[in-house]
Amino acid sequence: MGRSIIEKIWEAHQVVQEENKPDLLYIDLHYIHEVTSPQAFEGLRHNGRKVRRPDRTFATMDHNVPTYNRYFIQDEIARNQLDALAANCREFGIQLADLNSQDQGIVHVIGPELGLTKPGMTIVCGDSHTSTHGAFGALAFGIGTSEVEHVLATQTLWQTKPKTLKLEVRGSLGEGVTAKDVILYIISKYGVTFGTGHVIEYCGEVISAMSMEERMTVCNMSIEGGARAGLVSPDETTFSYLRGRKCVPAGSEFEAEVRRWQSFASDPDAEYDKKLVIDGSEIPPMVSWGTNPGMSSGVDAKIPVYEETASPEEEKALRGALEYMGLNEGLEIQSIPVQHVFIGSCTNSRLEDLRAAAGWVKGRKVKDGVRALVVPGSQNVKRLAEEEQLHEIFLEAGFEWRDSGCSMCLSMNPDVVPAGEHCASTSNRNFEGRQGTGARTHLVSPVMAAAAAVYGRFVDIRKEEYSRNAEKVSS
Amino acid sequence: MEPITLLTGKAAVLDRANVDTDQIIPKQFLKRIERSGFGQFLFYNWRFDETGREREDFELNRPEYEGASILIAGENFGCGSSREHAPWSLLDYGFKVVIAPSFADIFHQNCLKNGILPITLSHSDIQSLVRQTEIQNQVTVNLPEQTVIGESGRPAAFDIHPYWKEMLINGWDEISITLRYDSEIQAFEEASAI
Repeated sequence: MGRSIIEKIWEAHQVVQEENKPDLLYIDLHYIHEVTSPQAFEGLRHNGRKVRRPDRTFATMDHNVPTYNRYFIQDEIARNQLDALAANCREFGIQLADLNSQDQGIVHVIGPELGLTKPGMTIVCGDSHTSTHGAFGALAFGIGTSEVEHVLATQTLWQTKPKTLKLEVRGSLGEGVTAKDVILYIISKYGVTFGTGHVIEYCGEVISAMSMEERMTVCNMSIEGGARAGLVSPDETTFSYLRGRKCVPAGSEFEAEVRRWQSFASDPDAEYDKKLVIDGSEIPPMVSWGTNPGMSSGVDAKIPVYEETASPEEEKALRGALEYMGLNEGLEIQSIPVQHVFIGSCTNSRLEDLRAAAGWVKGRKVKDGVRALVVPGSQNVKRLAEEEQLHEIFLEAGFEWRDSGCSMCLSMNPDVVPAGEHCASTSNRNFEGRQGTGARTHLVSPVMAAAAAVYGRFVDIRKEEYSRNAEKVSS
Repeated sequence: MEPITLLTGKAAVLDRANVDTDQIIPKQFLKRIERSGFGQFLFYNWRFDETGREREDFELNRPEYEGASILIAGENFGCGSSREHAPWSLLDYGFKVVIAPSFADIFHQNCLKNGILPITLSHSDIQSLVRQTEIQNQVTVNLPEQTVIGESGRPAAFDIHPYWKEMLINGWDEISITLRYDSEIQAFEEASAI
């Protein structure tokens, strides 16, 4: 019997296997950021422990950083947290992409961009969207601060072997449908717990045809379906993305690495604990209307009605969500008004995302009364976008063009949505209060967010009236 | 970490599904660099209104739940962000046990690392437990026996991995245990040339 990539990576990283214990798993790469690491470093100091492998640890500042006037941090507690990260990295000898670094950005954007993330690796970070790195065929998952401290001290974690779930997306996607719509559709169809206890392997024609940036968008939101990790077997798309990156070996060493990486790809006869299949053609552009990512529908649909809910619990959840969102049952998604637009986050802030949004925005204007932000995922993305003049398209249309960071995905920095207002957001969570106390988040793709900025509501970008005049921005 | 063996206490019921860690501890409280003092921020946006007054309609603000040490929650409790501030705030508020029909994976792990016992019970076991506690609201959790019981009725059994059971009962520091495997870790690194 063949093995899946999940089993292959697991078995290649088992340090200790004992009865009645989880496995002790070696961790190849540990990303850290300012929010979930200070207490871990404090724990090390308290116990007189060192960082076992500073060379396998990489830090950045992302959650708290202002995206405008970034060196002037008014929030004293946020500044202390950033200072603490810098001091901890100095003390323990860890490489840090701070605000002065040209490599600074969201941890899940810069890791792949620098070529740190590679196939076959085990990768952790004190952040649930670490699943993003699974796009490279790595087993990557989020951990809490105690586990951050454990990895810093030992470069290992005690883990119970997860179940495996094969999720195949067959066929092809329709016009105007993106990787973001694929993952929102999957979560709306199977619910927010279908992946609990599992690692998802995404495959099928749709996934194979995706670029690395698109695969990252899909894997990123695995956690919103309950799975700690989601991954894609490495292929030529993976290898050509990695070739020539800063932290990837070159020449014959690269070719040897490719052969090793290929060996991790799932065997054709691998078995899984669970299998799901969907067809790409059934996926529409998606919009979330509730308070978790499962509460999403196609842009041409209506919000569900109470009478048609499957259970009293579901009706209770729907009522609670619509009350928070200030929306009525049965409402057309396209009549939801939008006052804010956020294009950014570890889900959708990479160059291809910005190209797609700019391509749609070119020659159009942000509607009066709408505030629209573009926050590139890294300073490198920002620089590359500016080389293509994408920033000029956004600025011309009335968008704000910011420095990189997590920004309005969770609004730990000054980018906040006011209470009661609606935001079309390319981020990953529409939880209550996520973008600000009382803020109402709608998760969408970058193109759908761009269209919402222009119309002040959601529109079906597949319709000719909305797609006409759109110019593609060449790369 | 404080050991857990036998615990008798009041239970508070929060009957909501998919409670995410953004609700358990909102993001504005994640900027502190300490591990302590998060209880005051637990469920902040649900507990308090815009002026900072307690909301009467929020479950945990009921007078009868004051001093509760056991939280009875809904499905998929603790989903979303990996923030360990969530179990820190529950623990600091006074909760040592959370009982739910299911938990999100990362939150479940984070509880175990902080000496909070997460107990998975079926819907029907939870319903009968709540019924059994209607008079004095007293629940007893027995970790060595792996049972939960109300004031009356039969105990409900729960599963826990023997490794985590031992860790919780002894309140052990996991890192010091792992460091005993230092030679194995080193051998692994050498064998893998990393």
